[in-house]
Amino acid sequence: MKSIYESWGKYPTPEYQQVINYSWINEAPDLATVIGNVLPFGLGRSYGDSCLNSNGTLVDCSGLNKFISVDWDKGVLRAEAGVSLDEILKLIVPKGFFLAVTPGTKFVTLGGAIANDVHGKNHHKMGTFGCHVNCFELLRSTNERLICSNSENQELFRATIGGLGLTGIITWAEIKLFRIDSSMIDAEFVKFDCLNDFFEINDFANLTNDFTVSWIDCTSTGTRSGRGIYSSGNFAKSGPKYANTKHSIDFPFKSSFINELSVNLFNVLYYQKQFDKKLNSLIHYEPFFYPLDAVGKWNNAYGKNGFIQYQFVLPFNNGKEALKEILTRINHSGLSSFLTVLKTFGNIKSPGMLSFPRPGITLAIDFRMTGKRTLDFLTSLDDIVKEHRGVIYPAKDSRMSGSDFMHFYPEVKEFSKYIDPKFSSSFWRRVNN
Amino acid sequence: MKLVVIGGTSAIAVATIKQFAKKDLEVLLVDINFNRLESVKNDIFVATGVLPSIFEWEISNINMQEQLFEKIIQDFGNFDVAFIAYGTLPNQEDILNKPNEIQKQLSINFISAATLSSIFAEYFEKRNSGILAVITSVAGDRGRKSNYIYGSAKGGLSIFLQGLRNRLSGTGVTIITIKPGLVDSPMTADIPKNPLFSSSEIVGKHIFNAIEKKKDIAYVPGFWRIVMFIVMHIPEAIFKKMNL
Repeated sequence: MKSIYESWGKYPTPEYQQVINYSWINEAPDLATVIGNVLPFGLGRSYGDSCLNSNGTLVDCSGLNKFISVDWDKGVLRAEAGVSLDEILKLIVPKGFFLAVTPGTKFVTLGGAIANDVHGKNHHKMGTFGCHVNCFELLRSTNERLICSNSENQELFRATIGGLGLTGIITWAEIKLFRIDSSMIDAEFVKFDCLNDFFEINDFANLTNDFTVSWIDCTSTGTRSGRGIYSSGNFAKSGPKYANTKHSIDFPFKSSFINELSVNLFNVLYYQKQFDKKLNSLIHYEPFFYPLDAVGKWNNAYGKNGFIQYQFVLPFNNGKEALKEILTRINHSGLSSFLTVLKTFGNIKSPGMLSFPRPGITLAIDFRMTGKRTLDFLTSLDDIVKEHRGVIYPAKDSRMSGSDFMHFYPEVKEFSKYIDPKFSSSFWRRVNN
Repeated sequence: MKLVVIGGTSAIAVATIKQFAKKDLEVLLVDINFNRLESVKNDIFVATGVLPSIFEWEISNINMQEQLFEKIIQDFGNFDVAFIAYGTLPNQEDILNKPNEIQKQLSINFISAATLSSIFAEYFEKRNSGILAVITSVAGDRGRKSNYIYGSAKGGLSIFLQGLRNRLSGTGVTIITIKPGLVDSPMTADIPKNPLFSSSEIVGKHIFNAIEKKKDIAYVPGFWRIVMFIVMHIPEAIFKKMNL
């Protein structure tokens, strides 16, 4: 049990939540007898309210942390759903495997990665996390345990991938692993001056690199607008194979260090860093995939009011212009953040019904929560996203309107059929209000 | 090396076994719940490649412990290290006025672990070699208002082991008292966590080191030795007013 059950963005603050621990796979709590509704909880890395259940019950599954079986010949791992990606990496990297898809932190559970159908820097090559799930067991509030896969309980399989924990509790899952010859990444970092340059680099880089992403400076204006650093890379063809086993040090304060001044300073310094135009380097996967994991509880840097992560995807055609407009607005708002991440998604379709990634340009930005000012500003961005047929990422959301959600995800109608009637979340009630 | 773990499904036991598995290891897990034993067996096998043997047994039943020992020798053979890692942590407030419950807690956490220790100690003494490592707790170092039922049982066990160690001093037998501090594990699942909590993984590493180095008394992690030194030196007149 954690001391506090909150989301990573610390916004919104949940009302009272009852917590039940689920630690032994065969000793599940009897969900039918719980008063009110339930929601599985993992490591609390969802940014918004999709992992919260105000005035309801959370089933803490982080104790479901055992490996079940592994086939090193086929590269297939079966583990309980509360196992973290960190634990999986420590097991598989020395054996020459990696996760087929990893998000930007390894401190999420296997169940959470499926329920949010997370994506990573290789979406253009590998699709989402859900694309590499062979099967899982779903515990429903009737106490039924259903094996779900592409061939068995197929609809529940599709609904649960990206289903935000609403279809039942994933007790275990089996995933396909990705073979690597080294734990080092052959990486390249290139500075670009504007968005047009980003797209030029990106078109080429996506062909030859398994992993691509870029950081953009959302504080610069005028001719520097849209400048950034493009990172790309592949696992090296040979070299050592080791996982990072060091423990991170927690961010020591709980007050806000993030304001307009520090953000501007950071962005200037980050852009000026280390190299001139281009840097080639052989680095361990840890700083390449998980730079923020080096500081535990970095969300504390936003202070007690927390922050909102806003991520959307815009279709390729006319997305560029919309992106420029959004960046200009962010820039003028003075609300922008350290970490603005730009990437393009490929066209590999996820089995998940409510899956967020789709072909296009995706931008993820942190906004410190300043109350109405932040919320109003984000609502104005929603309109641009909508106008250009983009969608917003529910797993990170804490504020989009119900009507926007329904507009972005017409699949909700189909999805709703597979929700477990006993399950709900703060997010779900908000968008269905 | 052959290792017998009583309470083999505890999170601390599993973390410790994973450390031992880096070496040549044969391990037997004994605990009261077969399904849990199966889960832990698979987990250890996937994580380390070592496939543990398992016994389901009512470990804290004193009348069946000699039989358990015979079964271990019969099925698993002679062994080098015995690790007693079970215990229950009651919510003290719920049992304050329930003598039967108090007796049960004292019986599991103190008496049954002491009798089992005696059986293993006798076995090792006959062989003039072997290591017995037993988990007690920092809670046994001083009676505190919030946790003295569990604390007194673990404290009694610590003193029992201390006497045993003294008796067997000069023989080839090693008796190790392991005193974990606050550990984030299923046993403490209902207790809100604070920065003094350590993960079972870290505690497992420290226990492995303590057994490797044949320490007498190991606080795990080590900073608890200092914490408990301070706690034990607060005058009772002040301590009894503190909210610990």
